Amino acid sequence: MRIIGLVLRQLRYTNRAFWRNPAAAFFTIAFPLMFLVIFTTLFGRGRLDINGNLVSPATFYVPAIAVFSAISACYSNVAMSLIVARERGVLKRIKATPLPGGAYLASRILHAVLIALVLVAICAIFGALFYDAALPVRSLPAFIVTLSVGSACFCALGTAVTTIVPNADAAPAIVNATFLPLLFVSDIFIPLQDPAPWVAFIGDVFPFKHFSTAMQHAFFPADGSLGFTPTSLAVMGAWGLGGLLVAVRRFTWEPKR
Amino acid sequence: MPAITIKGLTKSYGSLQAVRGLDLEVAEGEVFALLGPNGAGKTTTVEILEGFRRRDAGEVRVLGIDPESAGRRFREDVGVVLQQTGLDPFLTVAETLEMFGGYYPRRRPTSEVIDVVGLGEKSNVRVTKLSGGQRRRLDVGIALVGDPQLLFLDEPTTGFDPGARRNAWDMVRNLASFGKTVFLTTHYMDEAQALADRVAILARGEIVVEGSPDTLAGRDLDATVVTFRLKQPEALPDVLRDSVSRIDDGFRFSAPDPTEFLHRLTGWAMDSGEELLALQVTKPSLEDVYLELTKGSDAGAAQ
Repeated sequence: MRIIGLVLRQLRYTNRAFWRNPAAAFFTIAFPLMFLVIFTTLFGRGRLDINGNLVSPATFYVPAIAVFSAISACYSNVAMSLIVARERGVLKRIKATPLPGGAYLASRILHAVLIALVLVAICAIFGALFYDAALPVRSLPAFIVTLSVGSACFCALGTAVTTIVPNADAAPAIVNATFLPLLFVSDIFIPLQDPAPWVAFIGDVFPFKHFSTAMQHAFFPADGSLGFTPTSLAVMGAWGLGGLLVAVRRFTWEPKR
Repeated sequence: MPAITIKGLTKSYGSLQAVRGLDLEVAEGEVFALLGPNGAGKTTTVEILEGFRRRDAGEVRVLGIDPESAGRRFREDVGVVLQQTGLDPFLTVAETLEMFGGYYPRRRPTSEVIDVVGLGEKSNVRVTKLSGGQRRRLDVGIALVGDPQLLFLDEPTTGFDPGARRNAWDMVRNLASFGKTVFLTTHYMDEAQALADRVAILARGEIVVEGSPDTLAGRDLDATVVTFRLKQPEALPDVLRDSVSRIDDGFRFSAPDPTEFLHRLTGWAMDSGEELLALQVTKPSLEDVYLELTKGSDAGAAQ
């Protein structure tokens, strides 16, 4: 119980500091929306076969960019902010106090998840207002479960990736290299119709496409379906556990040299 | 029970032996300074005591606890000011202290801590707007906010301007007056002299000497040195000239007790109307002792 109090208290400070950096806060929130508008404008013609339904590209891009928002908030923001905090000595300073390290990390991760929720909500509402995309009302449980599992998975991976980044200067390059290319082959930036087998294979192995697939189903469930995709959720869960294991074993609180 | 006990502490980084068989004891309520050039092993030693690094061998007890197995109790009783530190740049001074204060069971009121570290006018200023010295003081404030029994200060005034250093010294004296144990590292001699009850000089991972700053290495027993110049050096009478040696453009006299010589010298000067220019009576400084003892130390080796 005490630990929950500590996490929530720390979360308030994390949140306060986040909004005190308005430029960073603005772009964190505006960035996914920019992608939604750009991709819909570029690829907004014709029909796409999603989950057996023929839908407009705008309808595809709302859940896809929602997934992109969640990944960037959970994976790249968690990784970058932890690496910067590590390099600045913020983490070591915390380690010198009685605050349990886990409580501090939990507050950072919880904050990332809250930001992800805000971003996903903005995408969904923006899509409903401007692109006639349906909101996942009937399949709300599937939507919530998918978002939770996906966020947890990518937060764990974001924490894990900090262990292979030597310093803050290398962080943007390494973090971006580990997720941007995968966005292109995972039905996120581009809806892949009949991809080459190796592209499909990469998509199946990593959790990105599973997040996207699960989110498409949660937004537009097939008739009579609740919108759950157990396989995709299981793959994300496995990646999340793997990430957690690496993070727990190898996370460092002091700057690496 | 001593606040800190170290027996046979060793630590190597690869083939470099940073600390070689250190023995040390710091009493409760004492202000102790570990002196040494860069690379002598000061930070390694302090970070082992703080529980940030693991030792290769030896026995270490800090407040009766092995810092390697330091848990929450240890962190509650030990305040730490690291050599390099980071704080959230977007929180204010008061918010930062409030946040850290919440981690401790017995905490000092934020406003009191702000006063102790002299940041009263900055309490609503964000960390990013503070000068280097002010940030350092805030860092000391964080170390104090949990009302620790023992405080580690790793080079607390490096990079301070002279005024800020004096303020920091007053602050440490203020802490010592509350009966806290303070363990500080520094490479400033005057800092050790001004603050510490006891100092140890570390060179190449070993303690070369240990004692009170006033008597270190028999400094108090060493000769006192008298130097002076004269407008007309040839005016000095032979009885005095026999006891002095020429240095540069003046004279130098040295003896354990210079009273008798000074009496004769000033007597002659008054009688003859000669002016004693730049008359100085000095003991070898702590710095002289330090430089002598750390001579040839490999600066720039492991921290």
